[in-house]
Amino acid sequence: MAEASLGARLSDTLWRRPNVMLLLLVLPPVLWLGIVYLGALFALLAQSFFSIDEFSGLIRYEFTLKTYGELFRASNFDILVRTLLMASAVTIAAAIVAFPIAYYAARYATGRWKAVFYLGVMLPLWSSYLVKVYSWKLILAQEGILNWLFETLHLSWVLEAYLAIPVIGGNSLSVSWTGTFLVFLYVWLPFMILPVQAALERVPPSMLEASGDLGAQPSQTLRHVIIPLALPGIIAGSIFTFSLTMGDYIIPQIVGTSARMIGQAVYQFQGTAGNIPLAAAFAVVPIVVMGVYLTLAKRAGAFDAL
Amino acid sequence: MSASGTLAVELKAVSRHFADVRAVDGVELSINEGEFFALLGPSGSGKTTCLRLIAGFEQPTFGTVSIFGEDSTQVPPYRRPVNTVFQDYALFPHLNVLDNVAYGLMVRGEAKASRLSAAEEALNLVALDGFGARKPSQLSGGQRQRVALARALVMQPKVLLLDEPLGALDLKLREQMQSELKVLQRRLGITFIFVTHDQGEALSMSDRVAVFNEGKIQQIGSPQEVYDRPNTPFVADFVGSSNVLPPTLVSKLTGRDAYASLRPESIRIGNGPLTGTVVEAAFLGAATRLEVRADETVLNILLPKGAGVPNTGATVKLHWDPDALHLMEGYYG
Repeated sequence: MAEASLGARLSDTLWRRPNVMLLLLVLPPVLWLGIVYLGALFALLAQSFFSIDEFSGLIRYEFTLKTYGELFRASNFDILVRTLLMASAVTIAAAIVAFPIAYYAARYATGRWKAVFYLGVMLPLWSSYLVKVYSWKLILAQEGILNWLFETLHLSWVLEAYLAIPVIGGNSLSVSWTGTFLVFLYVWLPFMILPVQAALERVPPSMLEASGDLGAQPSQTLRHVIIPLALPGIIAGSIFTFSLTMGDYIIPQIVGTSARMIGQAVYQFQGTAGNIPLAAAFAVVPIVVMGVYLTLAKRAGAFDAL
Repeated sequence: MSASGTLAVELKAVSRHFADVRAVDGVELSINEGEFFALLGPSGSGKTTCLRLIAGFEQPTFGTVSIFGEDSTQVPPYRRPVNTVFQDYALFPHLNVLDNVAYGLMVRGEAKASRLSAAEEALNLVALDGFGARKPSQLSGGQRQRVALARALVMQPKVLLLDEPLGALDLKLREQMQSELKVLQRRLGITFIFVTHDQGEALSMSDRVAVFNEGKIQQIGSPQEVYDRPNTPFVADFVGSSNVLPPTLVSKLTGRDAYASLRPESIRIGNGPLTGTVVEAAFLGAATRLEVRADETVLNILLPKGAGVPNTGATVKLHWDPDALHLMEGYYG
């Protein structure tokens, strides 16, 4: 009885002082974000302005832009360009593949089929990332399913011709950039489908009818109404696919060539090489790129439909 | 009202079934050029589906839809010479008002300068000049409605379809828009087909009305015809909530075996053929509404202000003008 009245008194007090209630609710996440997340980010940023002493291999704790200068050394700059190209290709392909799936789910799927859609999109996310990547290695390998399929269909020559193409080809798909690309595309696709589907879900059917009613053919409606209205979702999805690809260091390690991407560079510089300032400088690049990307998207009016 | 006597829209034996629901069931409809035509009915009566069949958003399960003599049943919406004002307006949120109005001209491939000046003109027509740069989200409901109207009118349609366009407006604005739409229609000479569930709106605005119920047209006629001479008890009750007298009572009064409609405002207290008991009296301001039970039937009576109001429970005699009792002889329950 006494306990109950204590609980009742507490809720009465909180009811009378909504600000205290709000503070109690907001304080833990603010502390988490402020100290653990932003704090770590600033520590990273600070590290990137230090440099490493080439003779002793020790970190010199003085402000310098020398480390950022190192990013532009040919071998490092290649890593940046390669990563950005891969992230862009994966993002564009993901948007193209995701759009029809998301459109179908938003516009036509109801009841059971909607459940099947969500299950189909989410199911891959339930299994371990590593398991998926290694499965793809098996699919793409020289002795893998894909090769077998091409052989069975007597189409090996197509695959061989493709693998002969420089840069994107290689000895087999599993050690080519195409392989890395396919695995990235597969692994990040749900992160594109879901926001695009959510954006399309909010477009009322009457909007599409109005466009047709005013004389727009379906392709014109797609271009002038559906895509602009889905753009916030596509941008949201591309933030995931782009930044996840830029930061990943496991997929390019398992599937693909020996040339490194940003994630691998960060991993090696902060680990074996012990060059934490350069690792930090590499890690800052994706943050800057995303910042620039979002600013440009906002300027272009991508969020006008929000 | 037809200027040249051509048919703007013709529906022949049109049905639209959704699974086992007959949303539109064997509708025959001819709408003349230049007519202000209302599709009136309660929700779910098939009037909106009928409009969507004319716009091309729905395909009939059976029957044909002709627009200006041309069979349009298989023609997609974007090739029909009709434009629609949607119930929710369906303005494009990512475009400003001017681009919304110019949309139809843009997809048609008209040059930017000419389409924008045409859009300005259309905005002028609906008294929204100067609003072009705003986004739809910055407009009030009434203004959005006008933009939707301008966006349809700028296409110079042969037929304008309006799907409950005034439903979301408040009473005052709705009355203002009713008269504005009427004036606009007269001025432009375009055929207007107007869907509404509000019988007052249908009666006051339209040249002719089609009354829908359960996917079927109950009656087509001028507002006066539909009001004064309803064909079926449904029309009598839905349009102006009339008293529907059953055949037993009607045969006592007239010797004819049919349903009859008797308007509440036509009945007066005084020496007449029917005797009843006052069940309830409600003061409405300009009038008083009585419920009188006579011969198992409860009649609504609207007494004008100034007439003596009998007490509840009193026995009264009722009389009316012989013309006021309208027999529905084509209807057999």
